Amino acid sequence: MAMNMNHALYRRRRLANLWGMVTSMLAMTLGLVVLLWILFILFSNGFAALDWNIVSQDTPAPGTEGGGLRNAIVGSLLMVGLSVLVATPVGILAGIYLTEFGDQSKTAALTRFVTDIMLSAPSITIGLFVYAIAVATVGRFSGYAGSLALTLIAVPVVMRTTENMLRLVPGSLREAAFALGAPRWKVSLSVTLRAAKSGVITGVLLAIARISGETAPLLFTALNNQFFNDDMSKPMANLPVVIFQFAMSPYENWIRLAWGGALLITLTVLVLNILARVFFRDKTTS
Amino acid sequence: MPDSKPTQNAIEVRNLDFYYGNFKGLKNVNLDIAEHRVTAFIGPSGCGKSTLLRTLNRMYSLYPGQRAEGEINFYGQNILEKGQDLNLLRAQIGMVFQKPTPFPMSIYDNIAFGVRLYENLSKSDMDDRVESALTKAAIWNEVKDKLGQSGLSLSGGQQQRLCIARTVAVKPKVILLDEPTSALDPISTAKVEELVSELKKEYTVAIVTHNMQQAARVSDFTAYMYLGELMEFGVTEQIFLKPSRQETEDYITGRFG
Repeated sequence: MAMNMNHALYRRRRLANLWGMVTSMLAMTLGLVVLLWILFILFSNGFAALDWNIVSQDTPAPGTEGGGLRNAIVGSLLMVGLSVLVATPVGILAGIYLTEFGDQSKTAALTRFVTDIMLSAPSITIGLFVYAIAVATVGRFSGYAGSLALTLIAVPVVMRTTENMLRLVPGSLREAAFALGAPRWKVSLSVTLRAAKSGVITGVLLAIARISGETAPLLFTALNNQFFNDDMSKPMANLPVVIFQFAMSPYENWIRLAWGGALLITLTVLVLNILARVFFRDKTTS
Repeated sequence: MPDSKPTQNAIEVRNLDFYYGNFKGLKNVNLDIAEHRVTAFIGPSGCGKSTLLRTLNRMYSLYPGQRAEGEINFYGQNILEKGQDLNLLRAQIGMVFQKPTPFPMSIYDNIAFGVRLYENLSKSDMDDRVESALTKAAIWNEVKDKLGQSGLSLSGGQQQRLCIARTVAVKPKVILLDEPTSALDPISTAKVEELVSELKKEYTVAIVTHNMQQAARVSDFTAYMYLGELMEFGVTEQIFLKPSRQETEDYITGRFG
C-alpha cells in the first residue's frame, strides 16, 4: 500500500523533472540560437570585407571604392590600450583597498556604492561627462578624451572583479602570512593578490572586451577621423564610431566595411572571453 | 620524553579576559608557558583554547570587535600594551594553522618569504636557511629535488610540514600550533607529532589539540579549558593520571565533551 503511494509520488516527481528539463533546454536553445544567428549574420555579411586591405588601408572617402579600416583599428587599439594601462593598476589597487584595507569602513561602503552606479551607468552619460570636462573645456575632440571615457567604464569592472576574486581567497591564507610578521601591504600584494591572480587577469580581459565595443562614450569624445592619426591629442578614428557612421550611410562600400569592422570587434571580444575562461579554468584546477 | 622540569617562562598570561564584541570568550586566564617545553591546550569545542592561542601572537587584532584585557608578558614585555609592533611580535611568535596554508608560490619561496621580511641574506645564505628549515621540519628529503615547484603541489601532510618549516625559518622564539594535525591522515599526524618533540629543543611550543592522546604524547604541560575558563593547568602526566578536578577527569576519560 505504501509502495503504491510512493509510486504515485515518484511519477509526479518524474513529470516535474521532465517539465523542468524541457523548459530549461528550450530557454538554453533560445539563447544559443540568438547568439548563433548574430554570428551567422555577422559572418555572412562581414567575411567578404575581411581581406588584407582592411588592415593596410585607411577609411575611404564617401562614394569611392576600396579602402580599409586601418586608421580606425589603430585608433581603437591606442585608446583601448591606454585605458587598460590606466584602468588595470587603478582598478586592482582599488579592489585591494576594498577587501584588504577598507573592508568594513564607511569609505569602502561608499566606494562600493559609487562603483555599482558606475557599472550600471549608461555609457552615453559617461561620454557626455567626459565631453563636458575634457572636450568642451579644451575646445577639441581627442583620443585622450576617448581614452578617458573608456577608462571610466573599465575601472569599475576591474575593481569589482578584483574585489570579488580577493574575497574568494581564504582568510586562513592571509592569517598565515600575517603570522610570519608580514605587514599588510606585503600580505596583500605577495600573497592574497597572487592567490587571486588568474581571477584578476580574467577581470582585466573582460574589461577590455567591454570597452572595445563601446560606441557611445567615443561619439563625442574621440569623435572620428577619416585620416590616419596616431596623435592622441587630436580627434581619432575608432572602430565602433566608424561602424556606426558607415552602417548608416547610403554607400555600399562603407556598409561592407561596417560589417567587416563589426565582425572584427566581435571576434576580438570572443577571443578575449575565451582567454578569460582559459585563465579562470587554470585557476580552478591548480 | 615529556620533560616537566621547570625552566624560565617564555610567556606569562595574567588575568586575561577576551571579548568577541560583547561575548566574553576568555575569563580571567592565568598561565605560564615554559621555555623549551610543549604546552598543550585541551578542552571541548568552543572552550576558548584557540582563542587563547590567538591572543599570544595578537592574531585577533586583525579583526575589529575583538579585544583582550589583562597582561600577556612575553619575556617580560606586555604584548597587550598599546603601540606594540605586531609584525615584529609575530615574527618572534610563529603560528601554524589547522589547515595547511602554503602560499601560491614555489616551495623555496614559501620558506624564503618570511625570511626576506626581516633579513637580507645572500643567495647562498638563503639556500642554507631554506635547507635547514626544511630539514628541521623533516621534509627536506621529500622536496629537495623540486624546490621550484609550487607549494600547492604537495600532499596535505607535506604542506603542513612546509608551513612548519616556513615558521621555523624566521627563527621565532615561540611556535603556536593550532590543531596542526586535525586535517591530516594518521601517518602525517605521526610525523608532525615527532616533529613537535624535536622542535622544543630550540623553540617553545604551544599546541591546541582536540586529540587527548596527542596532548598526552607530545606535551610537557597541559591546560584544560572549559567555557572560556582555565579549569586546570599542570604537568601533563599529572593532568592525565590524577587530575585534581572532577570535570577534567570527565573530559579526559571521555565521559563528557
